[in-house]
Amino acid sequence: MSDAAPFRYIGKHRRAVEHKRFVVGQGHYAADIHRQGMLHVALVASPYASAKILSIDASQALAMPGVHAVVTGAELRAATDPVLPGVDAPQVTRFPMASDVARYAGEWVAAVVAETRALAEDAAELVMVEYEQTAHIIDPEAALHSDAPLVHPAHGSNLIFDRKFVWGPVEEDFAQCDHQLSYRVRWARNATVPIETFAVACEWNDATEVLDVWASIQMPKFPDQLAKALRLPGNGVRVHFDVDVGGSYGVKRGLKHSIMVGYLAKKLGRPVRFVEDRLENMRGGDMQGPDRMFDVTLGFQNDGTLRTMRMRALDDIGAYSGRSPLQLGKPVGAIVGPYRIQSVEYHAMAVMTHKTPQEAVRGFGQAPTNYALETGIDKVARFLKMDRIELRRRNLIGKDEFPYLIPSGTHYDSGDYATVMDKALNAAPLTHIVQERDRLRAQGMLAGIGISTCLEPSGGNSSFEPLFNPKNQTTTWMDSCLVRVDLSGTVTALMATSTSGQAHETLVSTVVAEILHRAPDSIRVIHADSLNALPSNSPVGSRMAIMLGGAAAGAAKKFANSCCKLRRTT
Amino acid sequence: MTMPSKQTVQIHVNGVLHQRDVEPRTTLVDFLRDELALTGTHVGCEHGVCGACSVLLNDEPVRSCCMFAVQADGMQVTTVEGLAPERGCLSKIQDSFCEKHALQCGYCTPGMLIACHALVAHTPHPSEAQVREAISSNLCRCTGYQQIVDAVMHATALPGAQP
Repeated sequence: MSDAAPFRYIGKHRRAVEHKRFVVGQGHYAADIHRQGMLHVALVASPYASAKILSIDASQALAMPGVHAVVTGAELRAATDPVLPGVDAPQVTRFPMASDVARYAGEWVAAVVAETRALAEDAAELVMVEYEQTAHIIDPEAALHSDAPLVHPAHGSNLIFDRKFVWGPVEEDFAQCDHQLSYRVRWARNATVPIETFAVACEWNDATEVLDVWASIQMPKFPDQLAKALRLPGNGVRVHFDVDVGGSYGVKRGLKHSIMVGYLAKKLGRPVRFVEDRLENMRGGDMQGPDRMFDVTLGFQNDGTLRTMRMRALDDIGAYSGRSPLQLGKPVGAIVGPYRIQSVEYHAMAVMTHKTPQEAVRGFGQAPTNYALETGIDKVARFLKMDRIELRRRNLIGKDEFPYLIPSGTHYDSGDYATVMDKALNAAPLTHIVQERDRLRAQGMLAGIGISTCLEPSGGNSSFEPLFNPKNQTTTWMDSCLVRVDLSGTVTALMATSTSGQAHETLVSTVVAEILHRAPDSIRVIHADSLNALPSNSPVGSRMAIMLGGAAAGAAKKFANSCCKLRRTT
Repeated sequence: MTMPSKQTVQIHVNGVLHQRDVEPRTTLVDFLRDELALTGTHVGCEHGVCGACSVLLNDEPVRSCCMFAVQADGMQVTTVEGLAPERGCLSKIQDSFCEKHALQCGYCTPGMLIACHALVAHTPHPSEAQVREAISSNLCRCTGYQQIVDAVMHATALPGAQP
């Protein structure tokens, strides 16, 4: 870009387009959707981590005035197709509700539909479920033992993904190292917990045979997967993306919620809405992230030069598999962080236990891996009695070494990590916080300073999908933007995803304005729906400024070029 | 289970008197959202921790998820929809939130604005520590709070002061 003209709008201060509607209370969130005749859902959930469901008696609930239906997992299972895991494990099927057995505490067992949510909750209390508790397993290491209770007996084991990657001469490199250090580090199950719980409203039209869906989603290929599970053609589902999402950070997946509500709307011929309460959200929603045990060995020299690494990552994905095992895949693209480590053995294992299923959480598995690596760097520094910052500096990839090929096959395109580290230490500033630490320690308090680097891939191309599942034929993760000019000459851009705070309307209007030489605030950006916009892969993996921004620029350029041709020929 | 009988309430919301028959168990936030269609007030944690549902009740900030509509009978409620001085305008704090990028997803924003308006009503030129104390009642998962503090300092700076 060095020889390009300076930008007029890109990178300049601008108020976000979206902010105005939010500060006046005119956001349009899924829980704000109201349709004529809309019914509401409350859930009955298993209190047990592992149990057989012997019987469900909904007669008292159904007898309440205002209650329209009580739907069980067995009914839903018969009427929908399962969601398959991201890896090749066809026996690990997943339906929105438990039918014969419950596999985690909080798993949905029945859904009550009533005139109001309060009434649905009253009725849910009257649904009588008879359970027989069965043996459960919640320790991921113990779940690997041959005598462990099986979460999915049809799969034959609790291990759902197990692959060892070897990149470079790991054995030789270890043999040539002065030292090696082994350690175990645990990344405990974490969650991002948006302030908005998950919400979805669906409406089925018998005449057009289209299911309209409004949901607080951040989910790649959501319309396609929803249609498939509901046995509808892809164009039988219309997902409205003009729904503001009240925070997601990866977790607003909501496929099971939407399959359930879509089914209920179609069955009852009435619009149906489900808004999780906080309890439903925390125990059975798509809310919990990676839960990993790392066993790492680092090989290094007397002078602190890191040479090689062995890493075993055992991820406890909980009772079902969505995209969670793939969260072991994203770190492949940055497995050595910002360091010159020349060979790596990476043993990625995903195990199922009787816990709430793990879903995508911000960073998609990279943060735990960074944590495991950085923990080791501190241990090496302590072992060598070397300053931990100096050790990091010594191993950072230099700014003159880019593009840099890491052992697992990624080209890091550019960077100046040493400068980034200097800037961070000066911004703190380190000297000040060291004094503060010493002052607190002198008072008998405990205080410490953590130092960590963090390298995360962006652009979200999901190349780890085929790497982790040979049957997955994904080759690219496009995004798209449609730019229109009307008869009065004003410009409208259409995008096909909802936004959970990333200000995509601001992004697209800025880029289109830059290309077309218009005032950014004159460009209207529409969150279209899945039937009238070009396809998108949704805002995951820090990809939208690159992918949607690139698509918007490309569309605007196409338009600008055709206008010029027109002018030349007339 | 018997259906709860309804009670009549009269509540002034954003200066307009509303009379409705509500179940005694109806929370104030459900009343505002479902009965009056004022969906700017959001439901977050449903137990008084996150502050997304904050409204002004007789000018004091309260959690509208933790009280019943019948408890607000005869009282004055201000929601985010009532903070601007007039239609089409923004309050100084709303304007500063936009200017200083004090929000991302916008879900906690109405509650944050209520907390900040309540602060400024009695402390027109707060210190940064007072702003932090005032918004410590509310959770935001997007911003990390710094820009919210910046926005309030920007909105309340004394003339001539460097915001």
